Amino acid sequence: MRLEAIPHPSLSRRFLPPILALASTVFIASLLAMVAGGNPFAVLGLIIKGAVGSKFALLETLNRATPLIFTGLSVAVAFRAKLWNIGAEAQLYSGAVVAVIMGTGALAWSPSVLIPAMIICSMSAGALLLLIPTLLKTRLGVDEVVTTLLLNFIFLLLVSLLLEGPLKDPMGMGWPKSARLIAEARLPRIVDGLRLHWGFGIALIAAVIIWIVNTKTTFGYAMRAVGFNAEAARYAGMPINLIMMQTALLSGGLAALAGFSEVAGLKGTLTLDLSPGFGYSGIIVAMLALLHPLGVVGAALFVAGIFVGADSMSRAAGVPTYLADIMLATALLLMVVAVLLTKFRFKRE
Amino acid sequence: MGEVVLRLEGITKNFGALKANENVSLNLAKGEVIALLGENGAGKTTLMNILFGQYTADSGRVEVFGKTLQPGMPRAALDAGVGMVHQHFTLAHNLSVIENVILGTGSLWSWKLRNKQARQQLLELANRYHLKINPDAKVSTLSVGERQRVEIIKALFRQAKILILDEPTAVLTPQETEALFKTLKEATEQGLSVIFISHKLREVMIIAQKVAILRHGKIVATKETKETSANELAALMVGNPTSPPAVVKRKSGPVVMEFLNVSTETQHHSKGLKNVSMRLCSGEIVGLAGVSGNGQTSIANLFAGLITPSEGELYLDGKPIERWSPRQSVLRGIARIPEDRHHAGTVADFSLTENSIIERYRDQPFAHHGWVNWQAAASFTKELIKQYDVRCPGPNTRIRLLSGGNMQKLILGRVLQNNPRVILAHQPSRGLDIGAVHYVHKQLLEARQKGAAIILISEDLDEILQLSDIIYVSSEGRLSPAFQRGKVTPSQLGGWMSGASFAEQETMHAS
Repeated sequence: MRLEAIPHPSLSRRFLPPILALASTVFIASLLAMVAGGNPFAVLGLIIKGAVGSKFALLETLNRATPLIFTGLSVAVAFRAKLWNIGAEAQLYSGAVVAVIMGTGALAWSPSVLIPAMIICSMSAGALLLLIPTLLKTRLGVDEVVTTLLLNFIFLLLVSLLLEGPLKDPMGMGWPKSARLIAEARLPRIVDGLRLHWGFGIALIAAVIIWIVNTKTTFGYAMRAVGFNAEAARYAGMPINLIMMQTALLSGGLAALAGFSEVAGLKGTLTLDLSPGFGYSGIIVAMLALLHPLGVVGAALFVAGIFVGADSMSRAAGVPTYLADIMLATALLLMVVAVLLTKFRFKRE
Repeated sequence: MGEVVLRLEGITKNFGALKANENVSLNLAKGEVIALLGENGAGKTTLMNILFGQYTADSGRVEVFGKTLQPGMPRAALDAGVGMVHQHFTLAHNLSVIENVILGTGSLWSWKLRNKQARQQLLELANRYHLKINPDAKVSTLSVGERQRVEIIKALFRQAKILILDEPTAVLTPQETEALFKTLKEATEQGLSVIFISHKLREVMIIAQKVAILRHGKIVATKETKETSANELAALMVGNPTSPPAVVKRKSGPVVMEFLNVSTETQHHSKGLKNVSMRLCSGEIVGLAGVSGNGQTSIANLFAGLITPSEGELYLDGKPIERWSPRQSVLRGIARIPEDRHHAGTVADFSLTENSIIERYRDQPFAHHGWVNWQAAASFTKELIKQYDVRCPGPNTRIRLLSGGNMQKLILGRVLQNNPRVILAHQPSRGLDIGAVHYVHKQLLEARQKGAAIILISEDLDEILQLSDIIYVSSEGRLSPAFQRGKVTPSQLGGWMSGASFAEQETMHAS
């Protein structure tokens, strides 16, 4: 057996494998639901109902999708240039820390000044955090997969240190959590009375901006060239290292926005469980989206829907929420194969 | 001639708007060698892939020994007695010859037993067809010529009655080619039929009885080799007679680029240079000959801006070059045709449009305040496609789908469009067929006529001798003296290539 490239994939060839991948995911999830003692149709029904079945559920899904869009974009941008950023989790927390430092009363500015300032500073923090491994990669050839991954743990310990020390809420009764953000530093709701903050709006805008950057700007063009074939890019005179660093700044900044938006939009405070692995889930989101910025929005909604739906299903049907993790893992693995099948076919020798 | 063993009838295959094969019909008789002749992208390989079941034809059918072959099934082709030796071999390097031969011919359970029988059979075949091979040698230790023999034995072992050879001589030395031809003669006398895919006219005239010429996916003529000539075949192959472009005499202009006592470090695969001096004048082609790996890559990299001298200076227009990088090289008007067009020259997953602006994506008219002007890029690309005759479905096609010749045409167009002052042509015609080679040469000569200073680096001595006004030879990172056109013989150059003449020169200096 070998793989053969398909020069001009037909429409069905392009869409059928991903659809089959999703169908197989649902099928495998049903089997597992049965093993766990649930009725598979009921379980799936409950997941869907829990994700989009009511106004509350839908808003919950959108809220959950918000940080995933940011981290998904972060990973998509980096991976497109073959910069393997596994450190979106740390960059997320760096954004959250900056939001807390600036937003808990130290700056008495009006929201129209304070919030943009917080956005810029959060992004800078995440950008700088990814710049370190990138410099190590371009200067010394250190593998960024290792450094970005390990920085996640180091940074989480640093956050823990801050929450036990300088950032600790004096009114927190000893809990490792930060003080609450002042009202001026909070992201307002998009529509009054609906529990959905502007972080979601910013995430959508970010996706569109990244899409435009990728397809319309010289920077996006160079980023893709470096990712596809760094040797040709270098030969053509592209400043590879500079492009890598710019990519890192953008990618780190996007991930930091996830932390900013969670603190300023949703939680209002920083704790060590701010992110249940949004940085890592961002990798799933980006891969499911085939690194396409607009696809990231769809993939983030899908992933968020499954998480939120599984939570509520678990309460109703007694099937563990781990089903959500398995579904996403299955979806990712099958999707990777499916994508291969949209471009290649198997040939018997 | 005997019975017809293979019949192709009205084969048509389209890739999008591209007609790869159009109503192709062909008959092969027992014991006959038919050469399939055509330029790159003419549809030879597509046709053979259809015959062998790797592609399915849009229409038409393949008949082997009177029976229609099930389309799209390589197994069916194998069972019917069709064997194929690909240009890129399909051998397992870590297995021995005998293991490679029996691999895939039956169940793995009786491996040991079959191994014994197969050995007998293999030695018989080798003997009968004069295919000298050691059945126990590991494939990784074999030379290219020997590997090809293994491929042929593999096909014969599977009782191939029809053998397809895709560009079999491209990787062989002249001696190995001769041996292959002897084997083929032997085999056809015993009833094997052969389709010989090639674009080397001389070989086709020697080995084949019949020649089918494929052009733009259509068979334009079928000729008996006895009744035709190499010139006629060349003319049929490209549509209009191409002969090597004539070299017009031209007075060279002022010195444009100069290397003065340049040395470089040895890096990876590129041999460092030792105190090299050379000059390029406007309107002049400087040929650099030599056995591969003797410093040519370093010289090319210096022109391309990929490396800087560790000692010595580069001069452009009489001024020493200070900042030097690929970008600087582009900005200073150096056209770079890289040796490896697949890796250094193009981004395979980029479209033609994206590839044609890769050196100038930051410059007018393709960029405006950080935005890519895709309209300008597309019209530039369309112009290149038209002017340089790049055969492709359109400017949005991914470049990986183009043949080597067409890829090279796009690269040529991309760098020549701006009337460059210096041209680096590193193996510009390697792997291209005759039509494309002449085309590349014509473009270089036209650029010379317009006053460009050209450095032509090639391992093909004929190419160097034909085009160059001045010839240097590199050996071990050293450079021979400059020879004027017509003032040097190939055997003299050979002396410099082997390094012998360098030693003589040194002893003369010493005495």
